[in-house]
Amino acid sequence: MRRRIVPYFLLGPGTIWLVLFFVLPLFYMAELSLWSGAVGSFEFSWHWANYSEALELYDSQFVRSFFYAGAATVLSLLLAYPLAYAIAFKAGRWRNVMLFAVIAPFFTTYLIRTIAWETILSDESPVTEVLKAIGLAPSGHVLATSGAVIAGLTYNYLPFMILPLYASLDRIDVRLIEAAKDLYSSATQSFLRVTLPLSAPGIVAGTLLTFIPAVGDYVNAQFLGGVGNRMIGNVIQSLYLSQSDYPSAAALSFVLMVLIMIVVVVYIRFAGSEALMGEEAR
Amino acid sequence: MSGESTRARTWRWLREHAVNIVAGLVVLYLLIPIAVIFVFSFNNPAGRYNYTWVGFTLEHWAHAFGREDLTEALLTSLKLALLATVISTSVGTMMALALVRHKFFGRRAANFLIVIPMATPEVVMGAALLSFFLILGSPSLGFETLLIAHVMFCISFVVVVVRSRLIGFDRSLEEAAKDLGATAFTTFRLITLPLILPGIFGGAMLAFALSIDDFVISNFNSGTTVTFPLYIFGAAQRGIPVEVNVIAMILFFATVSAMGFVTWQQRRAEKMASVRPDQEEIVVVPA
Repeated sequence: MRRRIVPYFLLGPGTIWLVLFFVLPLFYMAELSLWSGAVGSFEFSWHWANYSEALELYDSQFVRSFFYAGAATVLSLLLAYPLAYAIAFKAGRWRNVMLFAVIAPFFTTYLIRTIAWETILSDESPVTEVLKAIGLAPSGHVLATSGAVIAGLTYNYLPFMILPLYASLDRIDVRLIEAAKDLYSSATQSFLRVTLPLSAPGIVAGTLLTFIPAVGDYVNAQFLGGVGNRMIGNVIQSLYLSQSDYPSAAALSFVLMVLIMIVVVVYIRFAGSEALMGEEAR
Repeated sequence: MSGESTRARTWRWLREHAVNIVAGLVVLYLLIPIAVIFVFSFNNPAGRYNYTWVGFTLEHWAHAFGREDLTEALLTSLKLALLATVISTSVGTMMALALVRHKFFGRRAANFLIVIPMATPEVVMGAALLSFFLILGSPSLGFETLLIAHVMFCISFVVVVVRSRLIGFDRSLEEAAKDLGATAFTTFRLITLPLILPGIFGGAMLAFALSIDDFVISNFNSGTTVTFPLYIFGAAQRGIPVEVNVIAMILFFATVSAMGFVTWQQRRAEKMASVRPDQEEIVVVPA
């Protein structure tokens, strides 16, 4: 009998904290999103129009957020895979040093890192000169463009892609790859048919860990983007904190959460089953 | 002829090392902003904006804590992170113990509750919590609401880290202690706790790092309280003082040292766990 109470006693404080300050606030936000009236005199009234109005006004910011986050996720995957692969299979005694480099950005404040990119991409910086020279900055500057925001997002969430990828690559039994080579597969074939499918869980985890925070991000758009690069996070932040238009902001937060959930569920259905099928079919 | 073969050799070398070369470039990409922050902490900017290199000075390192408002913000952040770490680590460790060691009704629901905050964008969490405080009307926004928020988003991460440590745990040592007459509490204090301590340290470190670095959720729930990231955000419009770079680097080196310490602890615990019963170090339970 005593033994049965123990787990609930252990879970108690944390569960209460999460229910009280994570779950309950979501319901309060739902209530807030149905308020109506002018700033200062809001009241609850099942005002569903907040949702349609918010969506109509800010549809372009929604589309932009998902596009930027998607682009940043793809770029992160392309950059992270070779690095994770090198750390898992080729780094040898450099492994710990390289892993340190991956988490080192976490040791400096997120905001300062983003502001450092503002310095790096500013109009007079050597990086901008190079980008101009190879034709990647046709307008003559890099800051305040979509590219800058996507680059910032990619940078800030890259470690979230690398770490799960590394974890899944590191678990792969090297003998499987050797077996493929023994059976006369080329390097490309053994990569595509053995290594890549086996690293699928890492790819799924990494893309989710990159995509979800990137969609809601507003710091990169704030510092690296211009007026035309505002993401939905910027809108929510300014409606809540500057304009005090809480109902619209709450409605937008909800739509954002639901949209992300839909994307995630569809993605897991698609990628998850794909990854499983890949392993079983071979 | 030999030129041709050199080119072929270079090409082959490039192809063989392509992965390493790309990996090296990505590492560079990860470290460049840190290098920029470090270099610009020695800058002597002409105006208020620390964006272009003017000249070298140690002035700002010598007076790192010379700006009262900045130092105050940093102290607020440290206090907040420390409290949030202590609370979230104790609460999170308890949850991890329950999830790994016990089978009980509602385990899946508990797991779900822990995963969901990690899969929610920070803006949504910050906005929801602000809605909650606004409608309730209390507590008024400030240090308390920040602490509530920080503990909330740290708990899940602590649970995940501590749980991963608990899963690989060899329970035969605990059984040995019990066989030798130790009570449940003595076993926990002398065997379990020392062995999972590195995991708890790791969780605590992560919580501290998340808390001290948090901007988005704090931005929503701070009221007039200013933390280090909030100070930077506020200062960004009117020009960020060089001292911010200096303090960022001090925090960087402090975290690196702490990481080193945790790694050392972890190695020690691994050694301890691999001790065989016939060696005398294991005799820790007084008769």
